[in-house]
Amino acid sequence: MNEKVKELQIIATQIRIDIIQMLVQAGSGHSGGSLSCADILACLYFSIMRHNPKDPHWKERDRFILSKGHACPALYAALAEAGYFKKEELLTLRKLNSILQGHPDMNKTPGVEFSSGSLGQGFAAAFGMALGYKLDKNPGRIFVLLGDGECQEGIVWETAMGASHYGLDNLTAILDYNNLQIDGKVSEIMEIAPIAEKFRAFGWTTYEIDGHDIEQILWALSPERIVEGKPTMVIARTVKGKGVSFMENEVDWHGKAPSPQEAERALAELYKQLEELKGNGRADS
Amino acid sequence: MGEQILKSTRRAYGEALVELGERNERIVVLDADLSKSTYTNLFAKKFPNRFFNMGISECKMISCAAGLATTGKIPFASSFAVFAAGRAWEMVRLSVGYTNLNVKIAASHAGISVGEDGPTHHCAEDIALMRVIPNMTVLVPADATETKKAVFASAEWQGPVYIRLGRPDIPIIFDDSYDFQIGKAYVLKEGKDVSILACGLMVWQALQALELLEKEGIEAELVNVSTIKPLDEETILRSLSKTRCAVSAEEHNIIGGLGSAVAELITEKLPIPLERVGVKDRFAESGPWKELLKKYGLTPEDIKQAALRAIERKEKGGLK
Repeated sequence: MNEKVKELQIIATQIRIDIIQMLVQAGSGHSGGSLSCADILACLYFSIMRHNPKDPHWKERDRFILSKGHACPALYAALAEAGYFKKEELLTLRKLNSILQGHPDMNKTPGVEFSSGSLGQGFAAAFGMALGYKLDKNPGRIFVLLGDGECQEGIVWETAMGASHYGLDNLTAILDYNNLQIDGKVSEIMEIAPIAEKFRAFGWTTYEIDGHDIEQILWALSPERIVEGKPTMVIARTVKGKGVSFMENEVDWHGKAPSPQEAERALAELYKQLEELKGNGRADS
Repeated sequence: MGEQILKSTRRAYGEALVELGERNERIVVLDADLSKSTYTNLFAKKFPNRFFNMGISECKMISCAAGLATTGKIPFASSFAVFAAGRAWEMVRLSVGYTNLNVKIAASHAGISVGEDGPTHHCAEDIALMRVIPNMTVLVPADATETKKAVFASAEWQGPVYIRLGRPDIPIIFDDSYDFQIGKAYVLKEGKDVSILACGLMVWQALQALELLEKEGIEAELVNVSTIKPLDEETILRSLSKTRCAVSAEEHNIIGGLGSAVAELITEKLPIPLERVGVKDRFAESGPWKELLKKYGLTPEDIKQAALRAIERKEKGGLK
């Protein structure tokens, strides 16, 4: 196996371990949607993006905006792993005086590019950032992660229209398509399919990938996939709760934190995955 | 009063933006398909690459402006008040207020002086909606001169600002020597019997009310409260401790706007009689704007009557 891929799988698994440890400590938070985007975040922060944790405001950096802000445990874990702040901070999630709010806060957490959580706004803000970068001829790229349920918000489509109207090829959106939202299956609550066709109709270049396959993620997010004059949408098929058997595809794990006993079981599974990856190099991918 | 030069505050805004754009490259302007009404079209013509029409989508416009602000731009986002402050309220709250980003929202067609378009396009609620958001500064300039200075001051101000603008052509009250500062209320005329605290086009109405009151032998003090938030408590309390009674006058619902801000202040710091002139918690209707002001109780005569009531309550020495 490619060493880079394995390294990213290890980081993604470490992010999942951190997510569980943060959530059990916090006693509340969003497990499922944090676990589903761990591989995507590992690829962004540890391979794709040009950024500098020692200089978070570096002008030409690539930026990442978590528009599905409730998945912030995954973002915080990635930022800590990258060195934006100390890993010990992770256990203060959702506690009084913490730099880690229940949803992302750009003024409290180093590396968080925008305050998000009210769905759709992060996407529109990313659009504004991409517009600002174009105006400055800034070579940086803007990445934004959306949830599938989030695409039910009108502002998502206002933004989809705007980004292609202004030809923002420096904007890459990723859809964490796990097909679950708070009240049930996305397809049953309010169908968003055919989502790729919708974004294409709005003028976007689309790619559909397995959102847990590192090689596919790296391929889709590579600058080579950009079509000049068009924003890019990567539709990543994911599994909500990925990596923890009893959380996978279970809607109840959307907005719930594990109990100490559940966390213990989850961590046992994740540490086993980590050992397999670090051990014989024949980890399943 | 003599011949008056008339100009709408929205036009003054559009002209001020052009001047600003010339001297500051960081100024960018967004609109949502109303640039001919908000006069951001003047900026668009001069600086097409720094003007972004969002189409009819105010929510996206506000969050997009916030994104632009993170890249060091100073965005001015414009639409009608009912859409910028109303429809996009939650975007203003999170993307602008919570983030404390350097976004300026300049909303025209505020109040009921929008006129014939009717209540769907009136907005007598925006001051309330904006001042309740932490970090937000709320400006209601009284004329074209103050508008221009408020726009310039907003560009220098670090953080979110809401500027309330109107549709009709109204008299220019101030000349260029007028010194506008955010957070400062201005005593336009000194008096001892009652304080009239006004904002927006009601400052002009209040100036006429002063004359009516003078005929009755009453010396009213007029304070232009062009910054609703942060409220200039010092200037207002200084005036009220002299006159011991007050009238608030605004082209806004009497709930939540200037009258409420003043009521909050005096209840805590100086309990004196207050009469609120404004739209009395109802929707208006279509019609010529001056007639609407008459029908909905926003005339100089209404201010005068309120002043007389306030003085009467003061003299009876209690709250009636």
